[in-house]
Amino acid sequence: MGVPRYWREIPSRYNLIGKKCGVCGKIYFPPRSICPTCRRKSAGKMEDYKLDGKGTVESFTIIRVPPPEFEGKSPYAIALIKMDEGCYLTGQIVDCNLDDIHIGMRVEACFRRIQEDGKRGAIYYGYKFRSLKS
Amino acid sequence: MASIVGYGAYVPRYRIKVEEIARIWGRDGKSVSSGLYVFEKSVPAIDEDTATISVEAARNAVRSSKIDAKKIGAIYVGSESHPYAVKPTATIVAEAIEATPELTAADYEFACKAGTAGMQNCIALVESKRITYGMAIGADVAQAAPGDALEYTAAAGGAAFIIGNEGIAEINDTISFTTDTPDFWRREGEPYPGHGERFTGAPAYFRHIVSAAKMLMEKVGMKASDYDYAVFHQPNGKFPMRVAKMLGFEKKQIEEGLLCPIIGNTYSGSTMLGLACVLDVAKPGDRILAVSYGSGAGSDAFDITVNDAIEDYERQNIRKMIENKEYVDYGTYMKLRGEFK
Amino acid sequence: MRDVAVIGIGMTEFGEIWEKSFRELVAEAGIKAIMDAGIEGEEIDALYIGGMSTGRFIGQEHVGSLAVEVAGLEDLHIPSTRVEAACASGGVAMHQGYLAVASGMYDIVVVGGAEKMTDVVGGEATNILASAADREWEAFFGATFPGLYALMAKYHMHKYGTTQEQLAMVAVKNHYNGSLNPKAQFKRRISVEDVLKSPMVADPLHLLDCSPISDGAAAAVLAPLEIAKKYTDKPIKISASIQATDTLSLHGRKRFDALPAAQHAAKLAYEKADIKPKDVDVAEVHDCFTIAEIIAIEDLGFVEKGKGGKATEEGLTALDGEIPVNTSGGLKAKGHPVGATGVAQINEIVLQLRGEAGERQVKEAEIGLAHNVGGSGGTAVVHILEVI
Repeated sequence: MGVPRYWREIPSRYNLIGKKCGVCGKIYFPPRSICPTCRRKSAGKMEDYKLDGKGTVESFTIIRVPPPEFEGKSPYAIALIKMDEGCYLTGQIVDCNLDDIHIGMRVEACFRRIQEDGKRGAIYYGYKFRSLKS
Repeated sequence: MASIVGYGAYVPRYRIKVEEIARIWGRDGKSVSSGLYVFEKSVPAIDEDTATISVEAARNAVRSSKIDAKKIGAIYVGSESHPYAVKPTATIVAEAIEATPELTAADYEFACKAGTAGMQNCIALVESKRITYGMAIGADVAQAAPGDALEYTAAAGGAAFIIGNEGIAEINDTISFTTDTPDFWRREGEPYPGHGERFTGAPAYFRHIVSAAKMLMEKVGMKASDYDYAVFHQPNGKFPMRVAKMLGFEKKQIEEGLLCPIIGNTYSGSTMLGLACVLDVAKPGDRILAVSYGSGAGSDAFDITVNDAIEDYERQNIRKMIENKEYVDYGTYMKLRGEFK
Repeated sequence: MRDVAVIGIGMTEFGEIWEKSFRELVAEAGIKAIMDAGIEGEEIDALYIGGMSTGRFIGQEHVGSLAVEVAGLEDLHIPSTRVEAACASGGVAMHQGYLAVASGMYDIVVVGGAEKMTDVVGGEATNILASAADREWEAFFGATFPGLYALMAKYHMHKYGTTQEQLAMVAVKNHYNGSLNPKAQFKRRISVEDVLKSPMVADPLHLLDCSPISDGAAAAVLAPLEIAKKYTDKPIKISASIQATDTLSLHGRKRFDALPAAQHAAKLAYEKADIKPKDVDVAEVHDCFTIAEIIAIEDLGFVEKGKGGKATEEGLTALDGEIPVNTSGGLKAKGHPVGATGVAQINEIVLQLRGEAGERQVKEAEIGLAHNVGGSGGTAVVHILEVI
């Protein structure tokens, strides 16, 4: 993957910057350029919105056969997470015993290495999630 | 006079016991542990590096101090394990705390004291009114060759300090003591550092810390007993205790900031994490001496007075974070460190 | 719009076809279909070929032209179009062919689908397949294709109590059916225990819950129903061809226990064909993973949402069940050369409706359904075919 493709997503990948529909107020992540509810009314009215980073595990899996970019990193957990703002995203869950992950688990975003472009290429950072201690 | 406006720390969750490492190399774990006065060390997760640790520490500092990150005018990240040889860690941090784009940023390297060198720069920029806030970070995922003595202590962690005009603790003064003393190094392109073994002691660690501490205490007119707390760089658990004794400090003055026995040597993070732990418990009026040491060699000494604002400050409770841990065996440790080629 | 019929079918054996190249596979399936239809090359008006990622599997794009060349049709200069919708490429190619004939634009259209997946090594195929998911917001973070279906499986299990054994029963059934299909990649019968003992790929999906990496091609010849009898005694009418779409990512969907695009396509297809789900005699559904078949039979209305696991366990979808599903062995056992799959499903349904399915023939099959899915549900195509 080329560097520009990573670079332009930095705000969302580092800081969970999504979009809020200026018409209905619904929050979207990953960012969208149109609200699927308000459609044409929302054109040009999608505003940047930073997610708080907290959410709940809706479903999860443990990847044991990783793609080439994640070789040597397995097993790792991938989850479908419902953010407190109501949108869903896909991310890894780290820093916990894989057996402890469960549907309904509360998580918070943290900052991790996602992948790297081989030994000589750029390192790509972004969000992953860890257990949210109450 | 510049002050500490906020601080944040981060220590990875994984630990390996010194005894587990000793087991692999056929050494007596208990004697290695007691010889170093280090029992376990922190291990970064497979996806953690100096940049991620710096970001976590920086975010904790911004959150606790409740400042607007856009007002940070300088970010310096001191480390000897920057993820890139060329390409700054500081820009990653700046972006991740949304401090960009109106600021200066740079990475520092001075063995274990690069973070405190960054603090001195922030102090200078604040006192000269060039910036409102400056952030200095000391963080490392320290490298050690498998089987080397350093493997028992080389750990991961970091701390971020926000320096500004009004904060929770005034930095009364800072001085440095610097010479060319090659006690520890890592050559360009080499994965592991080399060191002068016992040469790292008397002419290096002890000479520089003692000299810097004495110079500063003399300059500000303080003696060891006047301080409530002292923090010295912690390559192991023994050295800071011995240097404290040499300078006339008692055990109770250094205990709060002594983390090496439970997390190992976090290199550029070491002194700053110790200072952060002291601030976690300090009361208004407490006086703190903090002296870092970086091989090569130099020491930065800081004389700090805690003020009333600390009472309202949302402290992080670093020791509680450190207690949240999970032990790994040596094989897992090697996997997490990316040692399998 | 005119009614459209399938007048010829052809496909290669599916599997690791080491000795045959992409173009040989395309040629073989195409020639078989043309022979089956009894048409001459000059009669062909247009060609559509489904291929998911020929560019990455064999470094070859522009396979519309390639298909014309391997078929020896270049002097006719007919339009030939490559169609891509991930694993639904074949189904969407069918839909395009259907539209072309139904609209009156063309009379005889050959629809093909092909993929050559074994010319890449190691994890490369996994990586290419992951491009059917959202590269920026799913795959970038380490989600794999089995991983996305595993998320659906875990969700379904949590919500409805679907069990790993029920998932395994889909594989057991489809391997049994595959053992009766000479063209299937896997002709080996397996047990629930075999599935549960196979290595875990993405919890709760084991290796034997997953369809394989396969080579293969399939083709079908379409003609207006009114002239179909000229070519064959057994024209099969396409009584519905519906394509539907949803978000590229799984996390963008309204629900995770169903494929809303497939539900939508099924609803419209039943309306168009004027039938009810229970009228379906035989179905080929997109079982890229065992959970996908359970969700599919629910989305298609064969059973209520959440009851797919139980229904499978009770034999509803077995060869001798009420609605036999994946009589060919499905993607699971017949093999899943992604671009070919949607057209291969049509091949099986046509065989069943013609009564030519041999040992796996469903008795008195008159209405058949094919359900083809792209990605984790971003595209869905449902075809309903009928004996006339």
